[in-house]
Amino acid sequence: MQDSGIQVLFQGTNFLRLWEGLWVSLKIALISMLLSMILGIILGMIMTSKSKIIRFICRVYLEIVRILPQLVLLFIVYFGAAKHLGMNLSGEISAVMVFTFWGTAEMGDLVRSALISIPAHQYESGYGLGMTKLQIYRYIIIPQTIRRLLPSLINLLTRMIKTTSLIVLIGVVEVVKVGKQIIDASRYSNPTAALWVYGTIFVMYFLICYPFSKISSYLEKKIKD
Amino acid sequence: MSEEILKVESLVKSYEKDQKVLHNISFSLQRGEVVVIVGPSGCGKSTFLRCLNLLEPIDSGNILFKGHPINIKDKNVHETRQQIGMVFQSYELFPNKTILGNLELAPLKVQKRGKQEVEEEALKLLERVNLTEKRDVYPRQLSGGQKQRVAIIRALIMHPEILLLDEITAALDPEMVREVLQVVLQLAKDGMTMVIVTHEMEFARAVADQVVFIDQGGIVEEAEPKDFFEKPKTERAKQFLDTFHYETV
Repeated sequence: MQDSGIQVLFQGTNFLRLWEGLWVSLKIALISMLLSMILGIILGMIMTSKSKIIRFICRVYLEIVRILPQLVLLFIVYFGAAKHLGMNLSGEISAVMVFTFWGTAEMGDLVRSALISIPAHQYESGYGLGMTKLQIYRYIIIPQTIRRLLPSLINLLTRMIKTTSLIVLIGVVEVVKVGKQIIDASRYSNPTAALWVYGTIFVMYFLICYPFSKISSYLEKKIKD
Repeated sequence: MSEEILKVESLVKSYEKDQKVLHNISFSLQRGEVVVIVGPSGCGKSTFLRCLNLLEPIDSGNILFKGHPINIKDKNVHETRQQIGMVFQSYELFPNKTILGNLELAPLKVQKRGKQEVEEEALKLLERVNLTEKRDVYPRQLSGGQKQRVAIIRALIMHPEILLLDEITAALDPEMVREVLQVVLQLAKDGMTMVIVTHEMEFARAVADQVVFIDQGGIVEEAEPKDFFEKPKTERAKQFLDTFHYETV
């Protein structure tokens, strides 16, 4: 089977390189997710504010993030910052910034809806015991919110992992880029390499995301009980 | 010699403009006294309790606690609330904490008391309401009556000087009402100062030193329980009490 493109995966360190590329994607997704969670919880609390102006500003932010494709955001930050602000951001940093910008908005909206689903009496019981607003959030509201949030939070994480496939376009060497390099390098010796390499990447994404979505649906069931 | 622990002077409260929920309420509570507030639904009695615990801002008037005016805008509002405990109709225990966790949260985090001392007291209180074996379970595994008993001792562990009970049996099945009210009766016997809003007239009569009848946002009648239930002075109170009797068909 001279022609079988599968060999391309086992030439040199190709297979290992693909995993390393995936690790870059995963790292960016995880860092962004962590930042999004912290900032999103704060944003969510702000979004429940009584002030109409504050709520409106948050709404505008959320809508902007939802309307703009992530790719456009990536280009604006990566190329825009270099051109107009003279800042030379690396692709990784730009990616983390964009994904955090996106994740914070999504997370904020999730936190907001979780917060308003907690009955007012929970706050009042806390006040009745002499707790301050901060103590009530810290010991009562946020722990309950996180329980309710976990499934959608993991869902957002898998979406983020998948969307990292865009960052190849701002020059980050992640799994898709590595795959492309391998294909290009073996264009003549292995004409069917593309199928095998992209097929492998497909399986890799699946292997990473599937457990997360399993955990998410498991938690969803568990929280219902 | 009794000491006046709480005094309310011409309290006015409205939720929206021109819609007064409470008008011109004056009220006095002695240490060790149990006052029961009765009245038809929507008459403002729950709102009145919420004002006393500084959960609601008031429009005008004064609330004096041990001679000092208190207000929701005070910086030390949290300290005042620690001394005026409140139990709600819907017994909101914290679902993310065990029963023991519910009891210990505020003493540990708000009053910064020692873990061991708090735990000892929590267990003593649990024993008092016969729930010792529930210490490590979560609220959702408890019945309504059990939850409400936990809610009461969760307020007690803060050593409040006054306890406000807002229709604490209204959400309970009839057979659970008794176990909760028994706890309250015992508290009254022990000399706890309480303001109780309830629809349980028999209980009101048994526990009250003084009955206050509120209707349409104002105090209509104040009397000792025997007088109030047997020979109410006002026509409005008579009508109200009649609604609890059924004619034979």
